[in-house]
Amino acid sequence: MNTTCIMCPMGCALTIEEKEGVLTVVGNGCPRGDKYGRAEYSHPERVVTTLLKGSRGGVVSVKTDRPIPKDKIGDLLAWAAAYRVDHAVETGEVIAENAADTGANILATSDFKG
Amino acid sequence: MERFDVVIIGGGPAGMAAALGAREKGASVAILERDDRLGGILNQCIHNGFGLHYFGEELTGPEYAKRFRDQVTKDDGIKVYLEAMVLSLTEDRLVRAISPTAGLIEIEAGSIVLAMGCRERSAGAIALAGTRPAGIYTAGMAQRLSNIDGYLVGKEVVILGSGDIGLIMARRMTSEGAKVKLVAEIMPFSSGLKRNIVQCLNDYDIPLRYSTTVTRVEGENRLTGVYVAPVDERMNPDLSREEYIPCDTLLLSVGLIPENDLLNGSKVEMSRITNGAVVDEYRQTSVPGIFSAGNVLHVHDLVDNVSEEAFVAGRSAAGFARGELSGGDTVNVLPSQGVRYALPQRIHKGEGKVKIYFRVDRVYKGRTVLVTSNDEVVKRKKTLVMAPGEMQNIEIDKSLIKGDISIITEE
Repeated sequence: MNTTCIMCPMGCALTIEEKEGVLTVVGNGCPRGDKYGRAEYSHPERVVTTLLKGSRGGVVSVKTDRPIPKDKIGDLLAWAAAYRVDHAVETGEVIAENAADTGANILATSDFKG
Repeated sequence: MERFDVVIIGGGPAGMAAALGAREKGASVAILERDDRLGGILNQCIHNGFGLHYFGEELTGPEYAKRFRDQVTKDDGIKVYLEAMVLSLTEDRLVRAISPTAGLIEIEAGSIVLAMGCRERSAGAIALAGTRPAGIYTAGMAQRLSNIDGYLVGKEVVILGSGDIGLIMARRMTSEGAKVKLVAEIMPFSSGLKRNIVQCLNDYDIPLRYSTTVTRVEGENRLTGVYVAPVDERMNPDLSREEYIPCDTLLLSVGLIPENDLLNGSKVEMSRITNGAVVDEYRQTSVPGIFSAGNVLHVHDLVDNVSEEAFVAGRSAAGFARGELSGGDTVNVLPSQGVRYALPQRIHKGEGKVKIYFRVDRVYKGRTVLVTSNDEVVKRKKTLVMAPGEMQNIEIDKSLIKGDISIITEE
């Protein structure tokens, strides 16, 4: 796998390979790049931010309260597209728990009048 | 007529931090904001990554704005005018604004902080060739329509420019079900953060082509497609290799310009490089009592730096209004050898420390930054990598300043 390290502005080009169960990271300039490369290969994760629609119009911005596996982002976005917020919410409020079975809760990042 | 010690024009991150800075010194403060809420462009930046330096945690734009807005709105010493458009300001610090609720607002200011932010370069600014159909937006306009108003501006998208807003919008529109067919960047590198290239484009398999530009657009009522072509080192497109891409939307992420129209005809000295005012370390312009901070002074890449800079401007503006801001001799800060600009452009001799912010003119690896005064080295700093898109800073001791300051990079 090839990727770019995002730990600092150097942006080292990383190559990560697995041979007989052993991971090697090539191209990193420092130990942080090694750690990042291994994580990106074996369990890449992202905090997801998106919008939810209100049942009577409007949108509220939200985020997952923790990073979720990268391959579950599609599930989460599909869940978000179908979900409707039917009441007023304040920044920081939990709108849904364990959304789309990602293990993450959905938090409002802005106030919504409902 | 009302009177305030400090009048702040703009209620985005710079305006709010300037207000809090001025309040720290006990000044009475007014903020004039043209939108219907405080927070500025942060309100539409729903992605995360804000506040790592300032708050030590990763926040979304609206969350970062709220931290400041909550402090501003609970402070009785700050009067906030919303939907208030400033029409003029004078050198004796009379500010005129209009609002639908308050009508004509006239304020006598002890000092003024300019915090109007910046605006995007548009299709007209880059002389985009072709027809003029619907479907061509600046990236920030599309971001506002999406994230504040809830409208998806198109389904098949090409993005010109790989600045951070363009990258963020590529991911946002993909998340909402649109297809982003290409991000075209005229330069051989991106001015956007590496993190955004990886997490906004690569994560979603969105192609990015360097040294490529949009040569013309097509469509009568609505955009139907764009032509792209590679460019040579002198930015001339090779039209023999032009390629047609059908799409209904073109987003432009082609640069930001400080919004200083209010200063047209004023005596405030401007920098041709930053398109903002020339300031000293207090962020005071060449007109006494008029200060400037945030993206209206120079375009920042991190809001954390905007907040820090505006705090300085707010505190200093309060000091000026109370006659406590020290003056004295200044020296010039002169960038060269790889440094495109440095700010502040003037520094007072005296005691204490001062941080000089600067940008380099291209990507440099393993260079040393050197600050000299009267040919004596004042500060030396080794760097791993510096890129034009990432603002740098270096702190110096004012007591070492003897004459004009040079800031350079060397091998």
